[in-house]
Amino acid sequence: MSIRSKIVSEFENFAKEHKKTLPPLTDDLVLLDSGIDSLGFAVIVSRLEESVGVDPFSTSEETDFPVTFGDFVKLYENAAR
Amino acid sequence: MRRDNWQTIAQLLGESLRNTACPSDHCFYSIDRVVRYVDILNGSSLAGQRDQFTGRSVLIHTNGQLAAAIALIELDGRARRMILATPDVHGENLSAIIEEAEVDAVITDHESPETSHIDLRVRCSPSLIPAPKGETVAHRTEWILLTSGTTGTPKLVIHTLKSLTAAIGASSGPEEPITWATFYDIRRYGGLQFYLRAVLAARSLVLSDKDEALEAHLTRLNAQGATHITGTPSHWRRVLWSPLAKSITPSYVRMSGEIVDQAIIDNLRATYPGVPIGHAYAATEAGVGFTVNDCLEGFPAEFIDNTRNGVTMKIVDGSLRIRSPGLAAGYLGHKNVMVLDDEGFLDTGDLIERRGDRCYFMGRKGGIINVGGLKVYPEEVEAVINRHPDVRISRVRGKKNPIVGFIVTADVVVAADNTPGQETDRIKREITELCRKELALHKVPAAVNFVSSLPVTSGGKLVRANA
Repeated sequence: MSIRSKIVSEFENFAKEHKKTLPPLTDDLVLLDSGIDSLGFAVIVSRLEESVGVDPFSTSEETDFPVTFGDFVKLYENAAR
Repeated sequence: MRRDNWQTIAQLLGESLRNTACPSDHCFYSIDRVVRYVDILNGSSLAGQRDQFTGRSVLIHTNGQLAAAIALIELDGRARRMILATPDVHGENLSAIIEEAEVDAVITDHESPETSHIDLRVRCSPSLIPAPKGETVAHRTEWILLTSGTTGTPKLVIHTLKSLTAAIGASSGPEEPITWATFYDIRRYGGLQFYLRAVLAARSLVLSDKDEALEAHLTRLNAQGATHITGTPSHWRRVLWSPLAKSITPSYVRMSGEIVDQAIIDNLRATYPGVPIGHAYAATEAGVGFTVNDCLEGFPAEFIDNTRNGVTMKIVDGSLRIRSPGLAAGYLGHKNVMVLDDEGFLDTGDLIERRGDRCYFMGRKGGIINVGGLKVYPEEVEAVINRHPDVRISRVRGKKNPIVGFIVTADVVVAADNTPGQETDRIKREITELCRKELALHKVPAAVNFVSSLPVTSGGKLVRANA
């Protein structure tokens, strides 16, 4: 499974658990508009650490939280290299 | 127990034995020996050197609990001070204790480099040799207990026989057949309470042993007829998983030392139908706060701001404070100071939440997980997880998180096979659903990890990284 598809599936799992409907996960989706709050992202990041094996936020000191879904995926893809 | 005329534990044991129909029936049961109380009062385990301990600061440093159990009876009223060390204390910590407590005598059953320089060093033997009764009372002996924190040097908590027995009522009817047993080590506050209950009333006591497997211990409890059995919730959870759980037939089950949740009470009731189940709040420094026997978690709110059995409790900033004759007198040495507030209350650091007419323990002040500025008490989440029928024990901890600082995760031991599969997926999903139903969202574990076991301290408490 690619990193992107792992991320998509964690987002979808999370939405399913919380009975939320996500907008389409396109690269230009602004994360703030996804309907997921900071606690939700905290949970997703924590799960991605398990499934992808990296936590890009703790490995690099100056990581700003990504703005769009595309940035988010890219951050993981870069960190996993 | 009012004792204006101060008496030693040996004198009190002697009195109780005289009121017993068959004095020679009552004894300590250890893993490999039975020692009768009458023989302890008429003998000595101290190689004929008992008199030399008069006025000394004595480190009791034995592997086995039996040797310590006998030494306490021999030395109370004779030694200036008795330090109850558990076998897990060694190295620098032990050396620091020896210095802080001005130890000038040691009772031991093994070689240890830290004590080899002490001039009076006696190897004790549970094979008693006849000795004259030590009727002279030379000292109001200090009983020094060690705190059981997981890091650093243990603190030396000063008690006396009087403060230790403040919560122990007059002995029950002379013929009531009680045999006490405790999963605790009697050298820790929780275990010492039952040692004293047993000895002062001349009732038999079954001692646990750190090298004894649980199954063997349960078999022994059954064979030695234990009726009143005590331990931490963690001890009892282990008992309940055992195929031999039903081989013991207690007439009283009691828990203390950790937060007691409804799940463990209900599981004990299901396993031992009709048996009274009590839980108590006690701490080494604060003494015994109260005992609850209504089979509900928490305790009645009317206990707060009231004095019951000499114990007064209040809540300040969410934390339980206690004033009682069972409070320790302080710590030995200058490194630690036991602080009481203006009204003489000790802050226990145990956090309480009041809901209606009941108060609940939420956890320790230092144990809170901060999720994006919101507090989470691990124990509160564990209590919910433990309600799942497949969960044996759980531990909730904070995991560093880049977005909210910390996030809640749970380590869970389940009854089922731990290998990933549909069964574990189902249990994980159910645990998360249960938490989501019962708890605020920030308290719901982000991850539920299945583990094969969780570490428990020698004091029978779940190991917490921040404890």
